[in-house]
Amino acid sequence: MADSPQDLHPLRAFWASFCENRGAVIGFAFVLAIVLMALGAELIAPHGPNEQFREAVRAAPAWADNGSVRFLLGTDSLGRDLLTRLIYGARVSLFIGVAVMGVSFILGVALGLACVSFKGALGQAIDVAITRLMDLVMAVPGLVLAILVVAVLGPSLTNTIVAVTIVNLPRYVRLVRASALSELGKDYVTGARVAGVGPARLMLFTVLPNCLSPLIVQAALGVSDAILEAAALGFLGLGAQPPTAEWGTMLADAREFIRSDPWLVTLPGVAILVTVVSINLMGDGLRDALDPKMRRS
Amino acid sequence: MFRFLLRRVALTVPTFIALMFVTFVAIRLVPGDPVEVRVGERGISAERLAHFRHELGLDQSIPKQFLDYATQLLHGDFGTSLATNQKVLTEFLALFPATLELAFAAMLFAVLLGIPAGTAAAARRGSLFDQTLMGLSVTGYSMPIFWWGLLAIMLVAERWGLTPVSGRIDLIKFYFEPVTGFMVIDAWLSGQAGAVKDALHHLVLPAVVLGTVPLAVIARMTRSSMLEVLSEDYVRTARAKGLPAWRVVGLHALRNALIPVVTVIGLQVGALMAGAVLTETIFSWPGVGKWLIESIGRRDYPALQGGVMLISSVVILVNVLVDVTYGAINPRIRHG
Repeated sequence: MADSPQDLHPLRAFWASFCENRGAVIGFAFVLAIVLMALGAELIAPHGPNEQFREAVRAAPAWADNGSVRFLLGTDSLGRDLLTRLIYGARVSLFIGVAVMGVSFILGVALGLACVSFKGALGQAIDVAITRLMDLVMAVPGLVLAILVVAVLGPSLTNTIVAVTIVNLPRYVRLVRASALSELGKDYVTGARVAGVGPARLMLFTVLPNCLSPLIVQAALGVSDAILEAAALGFLGLGAQPPTAEWGTMLADAREFIRSDPWLVTLPGVAILVTVVSINLMGDGLRDALDPKMRRS
Repeated sequence: MFRFLLRRVALTVPTFIALMFVTFVAIRLVPGDPVEVRVGERGISAERLAHFRHELGLDQSIPKQFLDYATQLLHGDFGTSLATNQKVLTEFLALFPATLELAFAAMLFAVLLGIPAGTAAAARRGSLFDQTLMGLSVTGYSMPIFWWGLLAIMLVAERWGLTPVSGRIDLIKFYFEPVTGFMVIDAWLSGQAGAVKDALHHLVLPAVVLGTVPLAVIARMTRSSMLEVLSEDYVRTARAKGLPAWRVVGLHALRNALIPVVTVIGLQVGALMAGAVLTETIFSWPGVGKWLIESIGRRDYPALQGGVMLISSVVILVNVLVDVTYGAINPRIRHG
């Protein structure tokens, strides 16, 4: 290596290290493209997401014999443009992914730090209570728990986010708790304590920043897990409700046309797969760059 | 070892209590009148309401209700399904072998393919094979399996006609009473010509679909664990002795590389149950996953409550089993 990473600005060093992983860069490029697509859906999409073209129900995609460029990827059973709905679907899926990640991140940090912040019998009781609760959530298979939550609360986009957050929360809590515990034993924390740093400040400004690397990696991979789980709920009819353009729901709607119009089934799945693979590739790259200890050999 | 076992089993007690609590609370959060929710009748008369309130114990205090619920569960009473008026446990036990058969076949597929593939990738680190396999592995564990299943049906079953589209056996050609509940075994016991082949034929596609995510995880885990082991001194010694590469990798290294892989296989059981819900729904596989989804559609809350409780119990018990096995293989865990 020409110049050692120490000479570089930390962000530059991070970027250089991230770029070593070709897959991660490709993943990142795709994620960027999907985010831009989701944000600019109104500008890019050729039609409205719920606009129906009665004269062109289940029109074939442009490359088929009877396809037209008006509907590049064809239309669904209600005559809505598939490309448009896929673009708007990116918005729904990314929103779910980011919302779940954001809420889990904040709650995970709060609960994880709460586990290790308090002293004495009360502290231990809090730690045991939170840890046991998280163990319980981990004991129930993810999708089954999400199904229970949605079945009880009723299917909707918001409840999908609630359900998937509950399922994903334990990973964040455990990660924060474990890394905070290992940091707490280190000299710099003792130093800060001796210097008179208060408990809240100690946790949030001294300990937490040093726990962030694995947490960021978990957050990135958590987005893709959330997108997959939300799409599965949508597919089972327990997620976002029609007419919302959500990839899982679109797949479920297309099931009955599996023989006649295979592209209706194929394309929403491709959208889910490409998004999830891209985020996972990016997450792997983040892990390699941020956390040399966890580096995949 | 016995103390380790006891401690591990004791640790599940609070989890079970919490699980009871969650299912107890969940059914009370369902919007609507609790009697209506659990008896499934609308516009019920006042005296019938009072009758059912009493029968369901809803006129008792909440702690008493929870205690009653816990007592019922401990006596093996998981409630009665509204749709069929059968005990939830009876229904679950009748359907569970189908799920178990599917999950077992999926795991077999994942292990038999994943461990050799991961080992080969580690042995030729950086090669085209390694890179391809790792690419496939990322795709595999990112796979929306409900779509993967539909795609498999569309291509393998419909277009190429290689396998049946759904179900466990051709019911027109074969009929026999279930003995074990495992279709392949029952088909073999029935002695009907071609029955076993037909059952396997039905099993292969859903098993491959359900096994895809575990396959990706196992291949990846085997590879990284193998790479770690291959840099150990004893592997170098084995190489220095002049042993052929396949013996070094396949015998000396693999045995130690498999320890973390065994844990990962155990951890996949929960994921397998979740995946079974989707796979069974797509392939009309009459197991507990499909039954759970249908219960929601029928608003059969007692079945949902009992079903979640039972599926989770299975996963908790399997995890205990994995931990104990792991403790038996690796003394450091046992005494840690």
